[in-house]
Amino acid sequence: MATKALSHQRQQLLGRAIIYGGLLFMAAFYLMPLWVMITTSVKHLDEIYAGSFIGLPKQITFEAWQTAWSEACNGTACRGLKPYFINSLLMTIPAVLLSTGIGAINGYVITKWRFPGSNVIFGLLLFGCFLPFQAVILPMAQTLGMLGLAGTIPGLVLVHTVYGIAFTTLFFRNYFISIPDELVKAAQIDGAGFVRIFVSIILPTALPIIVVSCIWQFTQIWNDFLFGASFTAGENAPITVALNNIVNVSMGRKQYNVDMAAAMIAALPTLIVYVVAGRYFVRGLTAGAVKG
Amino acid sequence: MSTLEIDRVRKSYGIHEVLKEVSISIGAGDFLVLLGPSGCGKSTLLNMIAGLDTITGGEIRIAGKVVNNLSPKDRDIAMVFQSYALYPTMTVRQNIEFGMKIRGVTPADRDKAVKTAADLLQMSHLLDRKPAQLSGGQRQRVAMGRAIVRQPKLFLFDEPLSNLDAKLRVDMRTEIKRLHARLRTTIVYVTHDQIEAMTLATRVAVMKDGVVQQLDEPQAVYDRPANVYVAKFVGSPSMNIIPGVLEVQGSTVSAVVGIAHRQPARISGIPVSLDAARKFAGKKMLVGIRPENFSIATGHQGSALAVDIDVVEPTGPDTLVVFNCGGVEVTARLPPKQASAGSEAILSVDTSKVVIFDADTETRID
Amino acid sequence: MTGSISLSDRIAKWLPRLVLAPSLLMVLVAVYLFICWTGWISLSSSTIVPKYDFVGLSQYVRLWSTPRWHTAVFNLVIFSVLFLGITTALGLLMAILLDQKIRSEGALRAIFLYPMALSFIVTGTAWKWILNPALGVQKVVHDLGWTSFVFDWIARPSFAIYCVVIAAVWQSTGFAMALFLAGLRGIDNSVIKAAQIEGASLPLIYRQIVIPMLRPAFLSVIVLLSYIAIKSFDLILALTNTGPGSATEMPSTFMYSATFRRDQMGVGAASAMMMLMTVAAIIVPYLYSELRETGDGH
Repeated sequence: MATKALSHQRQQLLGRAIIYGGLLFMAAFYLMPLWVMITTSVKHLDEIYAGSFIGLPKQITFEAWQTAWSEACNGTACRGLKPYFINSLLMTIPAVLLSTGIGAINGYVITKWRFPGSNVIFGLLLFGCFLPFQAVILPMAQTLGMLGLAGTIPGLVLVHTVYGIAFTTLFFRNYFISIPDELVKAAQIDGAGFVRIFVSIILPTALPIIVVSCIWQFTQIWNDFLFGASFTAGENAPITVALNNIVNVSMGRKQYNVDMAAAMIAALPTLIVYVVAGRYFVRGLTAGAVKG
Repeated sequence: MSTLEIDRVRKSYGIHEVLKEVSISIGAGDFLVLLGPSGCGKSTLLNMIAGLDTITGGEIRIAGKVVNNLSPKDRDIAMVFQSYALYPTMTVRQNIEFGMKIRGVTPADRDKAVKTAADLLQMSHLLDRKPAQLSGGQRQRVAMGRAIVRQPKLFLFDEPLSNLDAKLRVDMRTEIKRLHARLRTTIVYVTHDQIEAMTLATRVAVMKDGVVQQLDEPQAVYDRPANVYVAKFVGSPSMNIIPGVLEVQGSTVSAVVGIAHRQPARISGIPVSLDAARKFAGKKMLVGIRPENFSIATGHQGSALAVDIDVVEPTGPDTLVVFNCGGVEVTARLPPKQASAGSEAILSVDTSKVVIFDADTETRID
Repeated sequence: MTGSISLSDRIAKWLPRLVLAPSLLMVLVAVYLFICWTGWISLSSSTIVPKYDFVGLSQYVRLWSTPRWHTAVFNLVIFSVLFLGITTALGLLMAILLDQKIRSEGALRAIFLYPMALSFIVTGTAWKWILNPALGVQKVVHDLGWTSFVFDWIARPSFAIYCVVIAAVWQSTGFAMALFLAGLRGIDNSVIKAAQIEGASLPLIYRQIVIPMLRPAFLSVIVLLSYIAIKSFDLILALTNTGPGSATEMPSTFMYSATFRRDQMGVGAASAMMMLMTVAAIIVPYLYSELRETGDGH
């Protein structure tokens, strides 16, 4: 019996070793690209062409970052990523705030002020989450032209807001649905109206989902490429478009370190948001499975 | 050889001691109930018997075999969980067969076992349904069927009736009692419901903070509780614990209790040994009287209390009356319409059932 | 006494609908109207600018006789099958491993999930470099001594699509893992305990009990991953720029280049409608079943 107990323990230890081993191996695979990006971006170009991409840099230099930020060429200009970084900020922040705000109100109405057909309307809105945008960029380009917003950042803000409403409404609806209806009824008996209930009762409890919505929207909008590429060009492009141009434009020797530095710069905002508020990011992901 | 021996078992999580040296021993066919409130350690002990939790100190032996290091499947036990724990994607039949398949039982024997269990638990018509299509009581029966076909040495029940509504609970309680009588199995049953303990058990272990307060037959726990905690836990409405003073006159032991706005009353003829009584003579102690041991005084009786009735609660078969005695609220169970609120009543006490406790340690004085 | 409804009451009754109306209007236009618009263009003879005539299904005929479109559809099928299969399996494996009461589970989870925070452009850029035959994985293995190792898939027309699969799997596995992990966490622990008492080994428990219970999570994962697969535009542009040649062309990139680069708006619109119909075929039944359950719930 003693030997049986010992082999049981040994089995357990082996099992744990396999589990941890597998997880660590996979973790290495997932970290590898980030590692490559960072180390490549701080190497001298000569070192890159001489050696390979896995080794640590013999000398760390931030020259590539400097180039990527203010001097890199994207085919039309050589101003680095800085102006496009600002473009992305100007595009993302308003769109996040607008789509979150509208989504909150929509979610409130759909869950607490149901009327015949509100479920149908929700369904119609929901399909917007799954729309392949290729199906609408043509007409959207036409419309933006008609509105005089073609190729502008406000145009992008409009586009991202409109298509963001589907997601934000989903988040808020799934969140507000768990607030008991009795709360609203009690407030109505106390004399509160539509706006008062929203501002004084619903909003104060909504901070977690507001954060989720903002983080999700920020990530989606900052990382978007299709809208940026379709509706702007040149000066007003967001950073993703600029990055793609820089990487795909090759004049002379390909500057891999600059490419990686540029990619890092483009990735940093969303990465930082992820590191700081990752919990909420995950919640945003799982809320996307409709059942919330 | 006892079927289950819990020998000085301890359990700690880090420095936090959850079970402190518990020793219990039961034989074949016994129905042991671990009774206590949440956090008293009863579920932890059950999990340790099952092998779902490790043992910090002491030994657990099932049919003489030390099981401390055995995994659950090697302990020859079966367990019924509070949430039934049925496999949701399998039918009732598959749920019951699952363990047998793993053990390599032939299909013919499996069918026979399933049929026997289904007949016993009256669920033959449910065999092809999935758990989601069953009611709470039916799910509980499937869980029990799954346990029965294992034919284990020991059945473990973890608060199986807590998720059922009151009426269903009573019905299932009777089913479990009937099953125990028919199958003569050995059962360890965890609950916080003292009625379940009283009706089902052959031995009750009342637990508090990881310590067994009393291990005895249900009636003994009821009649002679080991301390005030047990006295108040078992029985509903609970035993009245009245502060008083012990008096010894010759060979008669009495308790003197104060009554608000009235003369103190003397309850004479308490069944306590004279040695113990003399040690406490003149001292304060606690008198334990169950509500049903009060009655309306008739004629001359030694221990009569004249009290003012505060509240009257008719329950149908009896009426509960509440009055003040010894500075605490006392409940008495009387026949209906014998007293009314605000009026006086003269009650007598069945002193043979009175229990007295040390005022400091709260343990029974024998 | 029943008087007439006051103005404020009437406003109160209509306010919810009024508040919802702008969003509804925007979505009706930006989604449904635009879809119809694209549909119309796909039935027109538009080339550089939209022409609102009607030429029947000729653009679709043109589309389906374009070899490039065949490549795109073929690539989509291969990509989707591989991407869905590998991501689902890996994500499930990760979730199961992480569910085993691992220390530093939070850190591991964060590591698997961070790729989702990146733009597909960034991902494509990084992986393009890693898969580069001259300086990437192939070179590393050569340097380690195994000089006959070949891994130049990204430069080979028939293998380039698998590179896209690798990068896409890397980006999305965390998502599948998160959904499966949430599903696993929702499983009643006592079911597993009961199975252990009955003598089932851990692999058996996972195979016969836990994984069947994860059916809803599987559904969500597959539906959402399919949607990502059909949309995948940024990744391809950044990783291979549909190269070598047009070996990694996909419907999404085809639409873009047909419309904006090759001035074949009608064909582009037709391809967009094809994409839409495929997505709708998957998403609409899924949404319908999900909404029906929650709709009846309250």
